[in-house]
Amino acid sequence: MPTKIEKDAVSGRDTTGHEWDGIKELNTPLPRWWLYTFYATIVFALVWVVLYPALPIRGATGLTGWTARGAIVGEMAERANQQAPMLDALRAATPQQILADANLRGFALAGGRMAFANNCAGCHGAGGQGAPGGFPSLADDDWVWGGKLEEIRHTIRHGIRNTEDEAARATMMPRFLADGLLKPAQVNDVAEHVLSLSGRAADQAAAARGAAVFAENCASCHGEAGRGNREMGAPDLGDQVWLYGGDKAAVVHSIAYSRAGVMPSWNTRLDPAVVNMLTVYVHALGGGEAE
Amino acid sequence: MSRIDPPGAAPQPQASLYATRQKVYPRAVRGRVRQAKWAILALCLALYYLVPWLRWDRGPGMPGQAVLVDVANARIFLFGIEIWPQEIYFITGLLVLGAIGLFAATSLFGRVWCGFACPQTVWTDLFMWVERRIEGDRNARMRLDALPWSRGKLLRKAAKHAAWLLIAAATGGAWIMYFQDAPTLLGELFTGRASLETYFFFGLFTLTTYGLAGWAREQVCTYMCPWPRFQAAMLDENSLVVTYRAWRGEPRGKAKAEGIGDCIDCRACVHVCPTGIDIRDGQQLECIGCGLCIDACDDVMGRIGRPKGLVAFETLANLAASEAAAAHLAPGPVRQVCGMKARQPVRFSRPRIWLYAGVLGAVALLMLGAFLLRDTATLTVLRDRAPLYVRLSDGGTRNAYTLKLENRLRGEPALALALDAPQGFRLVVQDSDADADGRPLLTLRPDAVTQWRALVTAPPGLRLQESTPVRFRLLDAAGRTVLSERSVFLGPK
Repeated sequence: MPTKIEKDAVSGRDTTGHEWDGIKELNTPLPRWWLYTFYATIVFALVWVVLYPALPIRGATGLTGWTARGAIVGEMAERANQQAPMLDALRAATPQQILADANLRGFALAGGRMAFANNCAGCHGAGGQGAPGGFPSLADDDWVWGGKLEEIRHTIRHGIRNTEDEAARATMMPRFLADGLLKPAQVNDVAEHVLSLSGRAADQAAAARGAAVFAENCASCHGEAGRGNREMGAPDLGDQVWLYGGDKAAVVHSIAYSRAGVMPSWNTRLDPAVVNMLTVYVHALGGGEAE
Repeated sequence: MSRIDPPGAAPQPQASLYATRQKVYPRAVRGRVRQAKWAILALCLALYYLVPWLRWDRGPGMPGQAVLVDVANARIFLFGIEIWPQEIYFITGLLVLGAIGLFAATSLFGRVWCGFACPQTVWTDLFMWVERRIEGDRNARMRLDALPWSRGKLLRKAAKHAAWLLIAAATGGAWIMYFQDAPTLLGELFTGRASLETYFFFGLFTLTTYGLAGWAREQVCTYMCPWPRFQAAMLDENSLVVTYRAWRGEPRGKAKAEGIGDCIDCRACVHVCPTGIDIRDGQQLECIGCGLCIDACDDVMGRIGRPKGLVAFETLANLAASEAAAAHLAPGPVRQVCGMKARQPVRFSRPRIWLYAGVLGAVALLMLGAFLLRDTATLTVLRDRAPLYVRLSDGGTRNAYTLKLENRLRGEPALALALDAPQGFRLVVQDSDADADGRPLLTLRPDAVTQWRALVTAPPGLRLQESTPVRFRLLDAAGRTVLSERSVFLGPK
C-alpha cells in the first residue's frame, strides 16, 4: 500500500508512494474507463463460464449445451449432407461411368485417397507402394487378381481367402513339399526353372529338369509358359515383380510351403460409394488397365 | 502539466491510481489550418465511401468491382491487378511503403498523420462537426451538459446520437463493401438477405466507429494508440512541430498591462484543442499536431494587432535560436524582430530524410520490378514420395509426379508438355489430350490452378542412377518454352 505520497520536485506530480532503494514512482493515473473495461472482461468471462463448458468437471456443459464434440459432430453431419448428392451419384454409377465423368472422377480420386489412407494403407502402404511379405504394390502394372476396374472392385468388395465372404477370391496353392507332393530335389529343380523364366537361373541343368516338373504340377494354374492366370490368382512368374521376394530361397519357400495372402472383404465395412471411389483411386495409381 | 480547462479539482490528499476523465469541449475555429483539415477530411471520406463503388470490367464470372478483397475465393483485386494469396508480399510491400512514408512525413512535418489524415482524427472531426450543428459550440455544449435533464436536452442528445449512429452505420457498411460486391451487398443489407457474418461485421464496425469517434475521441490517441509513444524517435530538432514561441509570448498577461509578452493568456489555443491540452506547456504526448491552436492564436493576434505566428509550425532548432537571440530582450516589437531574424531556413535536407527517401525508393523499385517480372503462370512439380519409384513387370522403373499449373490470366492456353530426360524415358499424363506430335497437351483453366498426374517410365535394362535430373517444359503453339521446372527421377539404390 502507498505509504508516503510526495510531490515530485521536477515534474510537479505526485508519486505513488512506492519506493525501492530510494527510487520513487511517479503517479501516472490510468483512465478510469480503462479499469471499467477490465471489469467488463471479468464479467464477460463469468458469462462465458455459465454459457459454455469451462469447468474441468465431467458433464459440466454450460447453459447453451454447446460442446466441442457436439460441434464437430454437427459439422460432420453438415458436410455429409453437402456430399450426399455426390455420394448418391457415385453409388449409382459404375467405375467406368465415374472415370468418364470429370466431376465424379475428381471427387472419387480425392475421396478415394482419404479412404485408402484410412483403410488400405496399413497393409498396402501410403500411395499403394506395397510392403514385403505379400502385400502387393498397387501402383505397378502387375496384378495378381486383375487390374481392370471391375476386377479391382471385386477384390475390394469381397477380399481374398477370408472366411467371412462367400465370394472372396479363394484359390489356394498346394504345399508341394510339406504335403509330400514333390521331393526336395524336385522342388530345387522347379525353383531353378521358375527363376529361368525371368532369365535368372543359376543351374541350367536343374532348370531343364524342373521344366518337366513344372509342366506336370504348376502349369495348370501358372500356365505353360508360367505367365500366370488371374482367374486363379496365380502370379506371372516371368516378370520382374515378386510378391514374396525373387531370390531362390523365397521361391523355394513358396513352392514348398505355399503362400496364401489374405485380404478382408470391404463391402460389409464400407459404403458402396466409398468402394467405387477406392476402385477409381487404385486404378489411377499408375497400373490401372483399360477395359 | 495543466492539460485541463477549467483546471481540475484541487489535488486530492490521497492520489488516486485512476484518473477520472475530463470532458473536452473543443471550440470551433476558422483559419488556414482548419481549411486544410476540412479539405483532407473531405478527400479521405470521399475516397473511403466511393472507392467500393468504382466498377472494373473483368469479363464474365469475375467480380466487377475495382477494389475488392475476395476472401472466399482468396483474391485481392486492385483495378487491373489481381493478387493471389502467395503474392501477399505485394500487399506487405504497400504497408512497408506506407510505414516508411509515415516515418519520413513525421520527420519532416511532425505528427501530420495524427492531426490530419488518421481515421480516428477524420471521423472525430466529422462527429464534432455534427455535434456542433446540433448542440452548438463549446459554451453552449458546456451549458447543456450542466443543465438538468429535460425534454429539450433529451431531444438534442437523441438527435446527436442518432446522427452519429447513422454516420457510423454508413462507415461500417462501406467497410464491408471492400469485401463484397457493393451494389449487391447494399440491396441484401436492406432486405435482410445478407449473411449473418455480414451483419456481424456491419454491426461491429458501426459500433466501433460510433464508440471511438463519438465517445472515446482523444482517449484513443492518448491511451490506446502506440504511435504517439514511439513517434518521438522520428522527430528531431529540424522537424516542423506545433509549438508556442515562448520567447515572444512570455511573460503572459493582460494585453494592456506593462512589460508583458504577446500572449494575452486568452486560452483560445486551449479551448480549440481537440485533446484538451495547453500547447504553451511545450511538446507533449497528447498533442496530435493538428495545428488548430495556430488558427485560434492567429485570429486573436490579428484582432489585437500583433504579428501572427505566436503559435506556429516551427522547428525546435529555430525555437532555440530565437530564444537565444531574443529572450534577454524586453517584451515588445524589437524582441519580436530579433527573435524572428535569428531563425534559419528549415533544413529539409537531412541525412535521415535521405535515408528514408532512399529506403522508400528502393522498396518501391523492388516492388515495381517484382510486379513487372511476376509470372502470369507458374508450374510446380511435386514428385510422389510414396512410392519413391515403382518397379514394373518388364523390369522398367516408373516415377509419378503431380504437376500444378497456376494460371493467373483469364485465357485458356493449351500447352504441350515435354520432358528433358535421358534417351528412352517415356512421359504419360493421365487424363490429358495429345497434340499433333503426340505430346501431352495441357489446357489451363482460366484464373485457377489445374492439376495433372504425370507418369515417367525408364525402360528396362537402362543403368539408372539413384537420382537422375529431369526437366518438365511447357511449350506454346510455336514450340517456345514458356515454363519449365526441374525435378529428379529416382531409381533403386
